[in-house]
Amino acid sequence: MIRDITIGQYLPGNSVLHRLDARMKAVLTFFFIIVIFLCKNFWSLGLMIAFTLLFTAISKVPLRMMLKSLKPIFVILIFTAVLNIFYTDGGRELFGFWKLSVTDKGLYTAGFMVIRIICLITGSSLLTYTTTPTLLTDAIERLLSPLKVFKIQVNTLAMMMTLALRFIPTLIEETDRIMNAQKARGADLESGGFIKRAKALIPILIPLFVSAFRRAYELAFAMECRCYRGGEGRTRMKQMKLKARDLGAAFLVAALFCGVFFLNYRFKALI
Amino acid sequence: MNENIIEFNNVSFAYDSEIVNAPAVVKNVTLSIKRGSFVAVLGHNGSGKSTLAKLCNAILVPQTGKVTVNGMDTADNGLTFDIRRTVGMVFQNPDNQIVATVVEDDVAFGPENLGVEPKEIRRRVDEALKSVGMYDYRLFEPHKLSGGQKQRVAIAGITAMQTECIVLDEPTAMLDPRGRLEVMETVKRLNRELGITVVFITHFMNEATQADRVLVMDDGGIILDGTPKEVFSHKEIIIDAGLDLPAAAEFSDMLISDGFNLPDGILTAEECIEAIYAEAKKRGVC
Repeated sequence: MIRDITIGQYLPGNSVLHRLDARMKAVLTFFFIIVIFLCKNFWSLGLMIAFTLLFTAISKVPLRMMLKSLKPIFVILIFTAVLNIFYTDGGRELFGFWKLSVTDKGLYTAGFMVIRIICLITGSSLLTYTTTPTLLTDAIERLLSPLKVFKIQVNTLAMMMTLALRFIPTLIEETDRIMNAQKARGADLESGGFIKRAKALIPILIPLFVSAFRRAYELAFAMECRCYRGGEGRTRMKQMKLKARDLGAAFLVAALFCGVFFLNYRFKALI
Repeated sequence: MNENIIEFNNVSFAYDSEIVNAPAVVKNVTLSIKRGSFVAVLGHNGSGKSTLAKLCNAILVPQTGKVTVNGMDTADNGLTFDIRRTVGMVFQNPDNQIVATVVEDDVAFGPENLGVEPKEIRRRVDEALKSVGMYDYRLFEPHKLSGGQKQRVAIAGITAMQTECIVLDEPTAMLDPRGRLEVMETVKRLNRELGITVVFITHFMNEATQADRVLVMDDGGIILDGTPKEVFSHKEIIIDAGLDLPAAAEFSDMLISDGFNLPDGILTAEECIEAIYAEAKKRGVC
């Protein structure tokens, strides 16, 4: 069972969103997030919601999965809503008690914020749902490559990310093995209070760390044997090329940008 | 060009060279490995065979003596890169030498480091994966493969660099019998069809019998060197070195001492079966 783990939250698929160039997707997601924060009234926010739903539909990611990605931020959503309801100044008071008052503006702002965060999470989840971690790493490497000017070793960073991704399943398997070995020697991992259970983890973590270092050492040898010398002089097998659909996606996001600007000026700002 | 690809000239090596009189793990070894040959190195644990392997491509540099690869001295730091693109190395644990999260990306790692053109890398990767029989798995994640398959991917990662020689340091030690067979067949085919020189370090006698030449190491030195038939005829020396005879050889010896008329020097199961069949026919049993 443990062999089936998937890293990140990539959902295999063949939608247009899956096939888009990973670099383009990363950049567009970035702009998408900016646009979310430019929305000033419910008209432009409505357009934002429409686009979010449109992209979700195109990606063919099941709605259930989308809701799952929103679950961890549920508490944050509630917190944001409550704070905004009580701490927004101005507006017509609807009802009040003790020192707190609820205004119509407070309610608007709270709803606005919550929808913004939902759009934000949905938009960025779409990126990780439709792009493999490997492609994402490649994309980040290529997008950050101008930083070489500042002597930042982007290649090395990307290699570190790739290796981390590569060794997650290996180390999970190893942890499983060590846990079984310690259980076989009578280690009790499940009972006792928090402190006791935390202490019981020590005989698992120490061998895991030792083995991780040994692996790193061997891996370094193996990489050197395959002529790895860092980023200089390195070529890549997989070249990334922008296709028509990538330009189409860029056009779509640009249209969203313009639409939001237009609606912001056409109608009065709410917040 | 020299007909020997790797040459050891009176090489000694000790770990912890700061300690005076640290025990040498490899002692006064002089050795040459012919281009295109398939050499098996045998020895029990601690006999120095892994150290010998690491001396071949400048992972370790000898304290005394000289190792040369195609005439390049491994002690010369400037040549390390060229030495490693000539002699590739496959290690025991396949998990610790696979770099990428997708099989084909891992095979591409070597050629990418060499700065090969992207299109040429693609061609080499496909070719290397086909030559080890892993082409159908090119888009798999390495952790979903079996040990034997992972080891074949690691071998493809070296052949894609088009090295002239592959040193395999106990590549079968962590594999099940089936994985061992897969790796052995792959290595034999690479040697036969592509003419790649193979140095195969192992402690499985049956694997050594399939090489052109067998070296037996004990206590840092080479105690036997020759064809499998020659080497395994020195039964006492082999047993003294802490090794076993190949199962087929042992079995045929037992039959001979029981009075069966079998030829000397049987090493593989096939030879043994044939000899027994011939003997049985002669006796009229079948």
